[in-house]
Amino acid sequence: MTAVIAAEALEKRYGDVAAVDGISFEVQAGEAFGLLGPNGAGKSTTMRMLGAVSSRTGGTLSILGLDPDRSGPEIRAQLGVVPQTDNLDRELRVRDNLLVYGRYFGMSRRDLGPRADALLEFAQLADRAKAKVDELSGGMKRRLTIARALVNDPRILLLDEPTTGLDPQARHILWDRLFRLKEQGTTLVLTTHYMDEAEQLCDRLVVVDKGVIMAEGSPAELIARYSSREVLEVRFGSEHNVRVAEQLTGLGDRVEVLPDRILVYTDNGERELAAIVGQGLSPITSLVRRSSLEDVFLRLTGRSLVE
Amino acid sequence: MTALEQRSAAPVPRSGRLLGALYAGNARAVLARGLTATRSSNWVVVLSGFLEPVLYLLSLGIGLGSVIGTVRAGSGAEIGYAAYIAPALLAVSAMNGAIMDSTWNVFFKMHFSKLYQGMVSTSLGPFDVALGEIALALLRGALYALGFLVIMQALGLNLAWTALLALPAILLIAAGFASVGMAVTSFVKTFQQMEWIQFFLLPMFLFSATFYPITVYPPPIQVLVQVFPLYHGVELVRGLTTGILEPGMLLHVLYYVVMVALGIVFTTRRLRALFLD
Repeated sequence: MTAVIAAEALEKRYGDVAAVDGISFEVQAGEAFGLLGPNGAGKSTTMRMLGAVSSRTGGTLSILGLDPDRSGPEIRAQLGVVPQTDNLDRELRVRDNLLVYGRYFGMSRRDLGPRADALLEFAQLADRAKAKVDELSGGMKRRLTIARALVNDPRILLLDEPTTGLDPQARHILWDRLFRLKEQGTTLVLTTHYMDEAEQLCDRLVVVDKGVIMAEGSPAELIARYSSREVLEVRFGSEHNVRVAEQLTGLGDRVEVLPDRILVYTDNGERELAAIVGQGLSPITSLVRRSSLEDVFLRLTGRSLVE
Repeated sequence: MTALEQRSAAPVPRSGRLLGALYAGNARAVLARGLTATRSSNWVVVLSGFLEPVLYLLSLGIGLGSVIGTVRAGSGAEIGYAAYIAPALLAVSAMNGAIMDSTWNVFFKMHFSKLYQGMVSTSLGPFDVALGEIALALLRGALYALGFLVIMQALGLNLAWTALLALPAILLIAAGFASVGMAVTSFVKTFQQMEWIQFFLLPMFLFSATFYPITVYPPPIQVLVQVFPLYHGVELVRGLTTGILEPGMLLHVLYYVVMVALGIVFTTRRLRALFLD
């Protein structure tokens, strides 16, 4: 395996504020790599540095073996970028967006025609080739942005929150498209704060908070390391949860009390539920589920709202 | 073959080129984008910018001109009033076209459509973007002016064969206003500040020896007028369409060459600061 991205103590400061505070990671060729974190964690800043449009203030960064400080255009020629907010060219029609973007990369008109048609097919937009961008739905715009990012056949595709703001149908279509790219061997680097998205798409991910890496691994590894196999959720009513929880200490690996419910992290949720009922307690509702990345994420980045 | 040896479909620029990270030698892609986008633009807006100087020519040149009669031009020759102000309005026409594109349109692209952000995330550099966008604005200025020049010819207001040289002069004037217009706009953050640009242009239009010789002003005011660019455009074009040539016209050319150079340098630096931080 070859690392196509290698960051070492990567740092970006704006004045006294460190948006990215010394993070290190590697992305291998063909891998789908995720940057997870709450808003303001430094994900987008990191993505801009990976996209060679923002210079680092410390550490080292190598993209495709090149230093973005010295070889920005060379790197960008081989990247596809899907920014957080669509910046499609609204003065151009759908197919022209692809053609014109390809020209920015110095590609010839002759090559671009068939390429644009193939990408429209891939993005399921072939019947919209002549439409205006403003006539497209949010999901269509997103797919067009991804198609556009692929016009130069990039070695790495950078996606900053690719499905934020989309409805579930549009998200699933998009995941399907991204999964196909992954199967074809495109290296994907994506940020998200949707845990299901990370579990669906990422081979490996880092959880970032306040500009530093909190954890790194595959989704399954992270769940094994930071959470339990299952989670039992029980509710006794907001006023009783805290009092009841005192009687539950020692259950499972860990018990977490939230205002509306109690979480028991355990290998076997049904067994813990039986134990609770055996103590003569009767929860209003109970739910046994598999532990998810969301549990890991909340454990690592905390439950308090950062704004 | 490992993934690292694969080539992407786009040509990869080589390191160590002239201007390195600023320039991919592909400004024509930016210009081509502008021309494609222009197809869908609002032609009423485009025409209004062209019509303004034409209306001035008809009203002041033909109308007021019939009362004024002739004016003494630089070397002392007497020429009709319409033929006197027409070249000035030709320069204004080039300015209007270039300014309209390089101010309002650039402001919109910079702050609302995020066009330049998209461009610099490809292999394009800020110098490509600056050159391409300035060329687009220049083309609009040249187009306005060319139309105006045809009207002048039809009205018999081109007095000498040197009027043909007004064509390259117009290109230079449009390039000057396009590059400085874009440079200034790149520093502008709000609509109010955009209005200031318009507010500055009006007096320059009225007082740059457009409608009467600069000699009517006392010397200090003459110097002030000569600081601003339009005066040099007006005098350059007037010399060419009337055939009254003077060596001092080379200074007007020099003024615009410097203007173009400064505009491009500042635009490039600003685009870099804004989008490649």
